[in-house]
Amino acid sequence: MIDPHQPKSRDLVLELPTDIRSIERAVEYVIGRCPACAEQARLLQLNFRVGLTEALANAMLYGNCHDPSKRVLLEIAFQLGRIEARVTDQGPGFDPSAVPDPTTPENLTRPCGRGLFLMRKLLDEVCYNDQGNQVTLVLKLEPGDILEGGVQA
Amino acid sequence: MGFRVSQNGEVTLVEVEGQLIVGNRQELKQQVLEQLETGDRKFVIDFANTGYIDSSGLGVLVSLSKKIREQGGELRLSSLNEDLRTLFELTKLDTLFRIADNKDKALQGF
Repeated sequence: MIDPHQPKSRDLVLELPTDIRSIERAVEYVIGRCPACAEQARLLQLNFRVGLTEALANAMLYGNCHDPSKRVLLEIAFQLGRIEARVTDQGPGFDPSAVPDPTTPENLTRPCGRGLFLMRKLLDEVCYNDQGNQVTLVLKLEPGDILEGGVQA
Repeated sequence: MGFRVSQNGEVTLVEVEGQLIVGNRQELKQQVLEQLETGDRKFVIDFANTGYIDSSGLGVLVSLSKKIREQGGELRLSSLNEDLRTLFELTKLDTLFRIADNKDKALQGF
Protein backbone atom coordinates (compact mmCIF):
# COMPACT_ATOMS: atom_id res chain seq x y z
CA MET A 1 0.00 0.00 0.00
CA ILE A 2 1.04 3.56 -0.63
CA ASP A 3 2.13 5.33 2.51
CA PRO A 4 2.58 8.99 1.63
CA HIS A 5 3.12 11.89 3.93
CA GLN A 6 -0.26 12.94 5.14
CA PRO A 7 -1.30 16.39 3.93
CA LYS A 8 -2.62 18.87 6.44
CA SER A 9 -6.17 18.24 5.34
CA ARG A 10 -7.71 16.05 2.71
CA ASP A 11 -11.14 16.72 1.36
CA LEU A 12 -11.01 13.99 -1.25
CA VAL A 13 -8.97 10.82 -1.35
CA LEU A 14 -9.06 8.50 -4.35
CA GLU A 15 -7.02 5.38 -4.86
CA LEU A 16 -6.88 4.65 -8.57
CA PRO A 17 -5.84 1.54 -10.46
CA THR A 18 -2.97 1.85 -12.90
CA ASP A 19 -5.38 2.14 -15.79
CA ILE A 20 -5.26 5.21 -18.01
CA ARG A 21 -8.98 4.81 -18.69
CA SER A 22 -9.63 5.82 -15.08
CA ILE A 23 -7.97 9.22 -15.43
CA GLU A 24 -10.72 11.12 -17.20
CA ARG A 25 -13.39 9.99 -14.78
CA ALA A 26 -11.27 10.78 -11.74
CA VAL A 27 -10.45 14.28 -13.01
CA GLU A 28 -14.11 14.96 -13.78
CA TYR A 29 -15.06 13.78 -10.31
CA VAL A 30 -12.56 16.10 -8.63
CA ILE A 31 -13.39 19.14 -10.76
CA GLY A 32 -17.08 18.56 -10.14
CA ARG A 33 -16.44 18.96 -6.44
CA CYS A 34 -14.25 22.05 -6.59
CA PRO A 35 -15.97 24.92 -4.79
CA ALA A 36 -15.04 27.54 -7.38
CA CYS A 37 -17.17 30.31 -8.76
CA ALA A 38 -18.03 30.73 -12.41
CA GLU A 39 -15.30 33.26 -13.13
CA GLN A 40 -12.73 30.71 -12.02
CA ALA A 41 -14.09 28.08 -14.35
CA ARG A 42 -11.35 28.43 -16.93
CA LEU A 43 -8.67 27.97 -14.29
CA LEU A 44 -10.33 24.71 -13.36
CA GLN A 45 -11.28 23.51 -16.81
CA LEU A 46 -7.92 24.29 -18.41
CA ASN A 47 -5.14 24.74 -15.86
CA PHE A 48 -6.24 22.32 -13.16
CA ARG A 49 -7.65 19.76 -15.58
CA VAL A 50 -4.45 19.68 -17.61
CA GLY A 51 -2.18 19.62 -14.58
CA LEU A 52 -4.04 16.87 -12.77
CA THR A 53 -4.47 14.76 -15.89
CA GLU A 54 -0.77 14.99 -16.67
CA ALA A 55 0.21 14.13 -13.10
CA LEU A 56 -2.02 11.05 -13.07
CA ALA A 57 -0.83 9.94 -16.51
CA ASN A 58 2.81 10.32 -15.48
CA ALA A 59 2.16 8.31 -12.31
CA MET A 60 0.58 5.45 -14.25
CA LEU A 61 2.75 5.42 -17.36
CA TYR A 62 6.18 6.28 -15.97
CA GLY A 63 5.85 5.88 -12.20
CA ASN A 64 4.01 2.58 -12.03
CA CYS A 65 5.17 1.59 -15.53
CA HIS A 66 1.68 0.36 -16.51
CA ASP A 67 1.84 -2.27 -13.75
CA PRO A 68 -1.80 -3.12 -12.98
CA SER A 69 -0.83 -4.43 -9.53
CA LYS A 70 0.23 -0.92 -8.50
CA ARG A 71 -2.05 1.92 -7.44
CA VAL A 72 -2.04 5.71 -7.62
CA LEU A 73 -3.14 7.76 -4.64
CA LEU A 74 -4.83 11.08 -5.31
CA GLU A 75 -5.45 13.46 -2.41
CA ILE A 76 -7.23 16.77 -2.81
CA ALA A 77 -7.44 19.62 -0.33
CA PHE A 78 -9.70 22.60 -0.95
CA GLN A 79 -8.19 25.52 0.94
CA LEU A 80 -8.99 29.20 1.04
CA GLY A 81 -8.17 30.53 -2.43
CA ARG A 82 -6.34 27.44 -3.56
CA ILE A 83 -6.65 23.79 -4.49
CA GLU A 84 -3.90 21.36 -3.64
CA ALA A 85 -3.65 17.98 -5.35
CA ARG A 86 -1.15 15.33 -4.35
CA VAL A 87 -0.45 12.37 -6.62
CA THR A 88 1.61 9.44 -5.36
CA ASP A 89 2.65 6.40 -7.36
CA GLN A 90 4.35 3.20 -6.31
CA GLY A 91 7.31 3.49 -8.62
CA PRO A 92 10.95 4.18 -7.78
CA GLY A 93 10.62 7.87 -8.57
CA PHE A 94 12.48 10.05 -11.03
CA ASP A 95 14.50 13.24 -11.22
CA PRO A 96 12.19 15.97 -12.54
CA SER A 97 15.15 18.29 -13.14
CA ALA A 98 16.42 15.83 -15.74
CA VAL A 99 13.37 16.26 -17.98
CA PRO A 100 14.40 18.39 -20.98
CA ASP A 101 12.55 21.46 -22.19
CA PRO A 102 10.20 20.20 -24.92
CA THR A 103 9.99 23.61 -26.59
CA THR A 104 13.61 23.83 -27.73
CA PRO A 105 14.12 23.27 -31.46
CA GLU A 106 15.83 19.93 -30.95
CA ASN A 107 13.00 18.62 -28.75
CA LEU A 108 10.01 20.14 -30.50
CA THR A 109 9.37 17.12 -32.71
CA ARG A 110 9.70 14.57 -29.93
CA PRO A 111 6.38 12.81 -29.30
CA CYS A 112 6.73 12.88 -25.49
CA GLY A 113 8.01 15.03 -22.67
CA ARG A 114 5.35 17.75 -22.52
CA GLY A 115 3.40 16.63 -19.45
CA LEU A 116 5.64 18.03 -16.75
CA PHE A 117 6.21 21.16 -18.82
CA LEU A 118 2.47 21.83 -19.03
CA MET A 119 2.03 21.19 -15.31
CA ARG A 120 4.69 23.78 -14.53
CA LYS A 121 3.30 26.30 -16.98
CA LEU A 122 -0.33 26.05 -15.93
CA LEU A 123 -0.17 25.55 -12.17
CA ASP A 124 1.14 27.88 -9.52
CA GLU A 125 3.24 25.29 -7.72
CA VAL A 126 4.57 21.88 -8.78
CA CYS A 127 6.70 20.16 -6.16
CA TYR A 128 8.12 16.63 -6.09
CA ASN A 129 9.22 14.74 -3.02
CA ASP A 130 12.84 13.68 -2.70
CA GLN A 131 12.13 10.22 -4.08
CA GLY A 132 10.34 11.65 -7.10
CA ASN A 133 7.26 9.45 -6.84
CA GLN A 134 4.95 12.08 -5.38
CA VAL A 135 3.98 15.41 -6.88
CA THR A 136 2.02 18.18 -5.22
CA LEU A 137 0.15 20.60 -7.44
CA VAL A 138 -1.24 23.94 -6.29
CA LEU A 139 -3.70 26.09 -8.18
CA LYS A 140 -4.53 29.51 -6.77
CA LEU A 141 -8.07 30.59 -7.38
CA GLU A 142 -8.00 34.33 -6.79
CA PRO A 143 -9.92 35.99 -9.60
CA GLY A 144 -7.76 37.81 -12.12
CA ASP A 145 -4.69 35.64 -11.77
CA ILE A 146 -2.50 35.86 -14.82
CA LEU A 147 -1.46 32.55 -16.27
CA GLU A 148 1.75 31.98 -18.09
CA GLY A 149 1.27 32.31 -21.78
CA GLY A 150 -0.67 35.51 -21.26
CA VAL A 151 -3.96 33.90 -20.38
CA GLN A 152 -6.23 35.85 -18.06
CA ALA A 153 -8.52 33.90 -15.78
CA MET B 1 -15.82 10.26 -27.51
CA GLY B 2 -14.42 9.08 -30.80
CA PHE B 3 -13.16 9.92 -34.25
CA ARG B 4 -15.12 10.45 -37.43
CA VAL B 5 -13.18 9.87 -40.63
CA SER B 6 -14.40 11.13 -44.00
CA GLN B 7 -12.98 11.83 -47.43
CA ASN B 8 -13.11 15.27 -49.02
CA GLY B 9 -11.58 14.75 -52.44
CA GLU B 10 -7.94 13.89 -51.82
CA VAL B 11 -8.08 15.00 -48.21
CA THR B 12 -8.81 12.71 -45.31
CA LEU B 13 -10.71 14.61 -42.62
CA VAL B 14 -10.64 13.28 -39.06
CA GLU B 15 -12.98 14.95 -36.60
CA VAL B 16 -12.16 14.44 -32.93
CA GLU B 17 -15.25 14.17 -30.77
CA GLY B 18 -14.74 14.80 -27.05
CA GLN B 19 -11.14 14.58 -25.98
CA LEU B 20 -7.79 13.49 -27.35
CA ILE B 21 -6.00 12.07 -24.37
CA VAL B 22 -3.76 9.28 -23.19
CA GLY B 23 -6.74 6.91 -23.15
CA ASN B 24 -7.66 7.21 -26.84
CA ARG B 25 -4.58 8.55 -28.62
CA GLN B 26 -3.67 5.10 -29.99
CA GLU B 27 -7.06 4.81 -31.63
CA LEU B 28 -6.49 8.06 -33.53
CA LYS B 29 -2.97 7.01 -34.46
CA GLN B 30 -4.18 3.67 -35.76
CA GLN B 31 -6.97 5.21 -37.85
CA VAL B 32 -4.68 7.78 -39.49
CA LEU B 33 -1.89 5.28 -40.13
CA GLU B 34 -4.38 2.91 -41.77
CA GLN B 35 -5.40 5.70 -44.13
CA LEU B 36 -1.74 6.51 -44.75
CA GLU B 37 -1.08 2.88 -45.68
CA THR B 38 -3.89 2.92 -48.20
CA GLY B 39 -2.22 5.83 -49.98
CA ASP B 40 -3.82 8.91 -48.43
CA ARG B 41 -1.31 11.73 -48.06
CA LYS B 42 -3.35 14.81 -47.16
CA PHE B 43 -4.88 14.91 -43.70
CA VAL B 44 -6.88 17.44 -41.70
CA ILE B 45 -7.65 16.78 -38.05
CA ASP B 46 -10.48 18.97 -36.87
CA PHE B 47 -11.07 19.88 -33.23
CA ALA B 48 -14.36 21.77 -33.49
CA ASN B 49 -15.97 19.29 -31.11
CA THR B 50 -12.95 18.67 -28.91
CA GLY B 51 -12.87 19.84 -25.33
CA TYR B 52 -9.39 18.91 -24.35
CA ILE B 53 -6.06 17.53 -25.58
CA ASP B 54 -3.45 16.32 -23.11
CA SER B 55 0.30 16.00 -23.63
CA SER B 56 -0.12 12.46 -24.96
CA GLY B 57 -2.61 13.76 -27.50
CA LEU B 58 -0.20 16.52 -28.51
CA GLY B 59 2.51 13.89 -28.78
CA VAL B 60 0.50 11.68 -31.10
CA LEU B 61 -0.17 14.65 -33.39
CA VAL B 62 3.57 15.32 -33.55
CA SER B 63 4.24 11.66 -34.27
CA LEU B 64 1.58 11.46 -36.99
CA SER B 65 2.79 14.65 -38.63
CA LYS B 66 6.29 13.23 -38.82
CA LYS B 67 5.12 9.92 -40.31
CA ILE B 68 2.91 11.65 -42.87
CA ARG B 69 5.72 13.99 -43.89
CA GLU B 70 8.04 11.02 -44.31
CA GLN B 71 5.56 9.68 -46.87
CA GLY B 72 5.48 12.99 -48.70
CA GLY B 73 2.19 14.14 -47.20
CA GLU B 74 0.99 16.81 -44.81
CA LEU B 75 -1.12 17.00 -41.68
CA ARG B 76 -3.07 20.18 -41.01
CA LEU B 77 -5.14 21.04 -37.95
CA SER B 78 -8.28 23.11 -37.62
CA SER B 79 -10.82 24.61 -35.22
CA LEU B 80 -8.72 24.91 -32.08
CA ASN B 81 -10.71 26.61 -29.36
CA GLU B 82 -9.09 29.16 -27.06
CA ASP B 83 -7.96 26.57 -24.51
CA LEU B 84 -6.50 24.23 -27.11
CA ARG B 85 -4.73 27.10 -28.83
CA THR B 86 -3.22 28.04 -25.48
CA LEU B 87 -1.79 24.52 -25.13
CA PHE B 88 -0.32 24.67 -28.63
CA GLU B 89 1.19 28.09 -27.96
CA LEU B 90 2.67 27.11 -24.60
CA THR B 91 4.33 24.05 -26.13
CA LYS B 92 5.26 25.99 -29.30
CA LEU B 93 3.52 23.35 -31.39
CA ASP B 94 1.69 26.17 -33.12
CA THR B 95 4.98 26.67 -34.97
CA LEU B 96 5.06 23.05 -36.11
CA PHE B 97 1.57 22.77 -37.60
CA ARG B 98 -0.44 24.64 -40.15
CA ILE B 99 -3.56 25.53 -38.15
CA ALA B 100 -6.75 26.80 -39.80
CA ASP B 101 -9.66 28.54 -38.13
CA ASN B 102 -12.07 25.88 -39.34
CA LYS B 103 -12.12 22.71 -41.40
CA ASP B 104 -13.35 24.45 -44.55
CA LYS B 105 -10.35 26.76 -44.54
CA ALA B 106 -8.06 23.82 -43.84
CA LEU B 107 -9.49 21.91 -46.80
CA GLN B 108 -9.30 24.91 -49.14
CA GLY B 109 -6.21 24.84 -51.29
CA PHE B 110 -4.90 21.59 -49.82
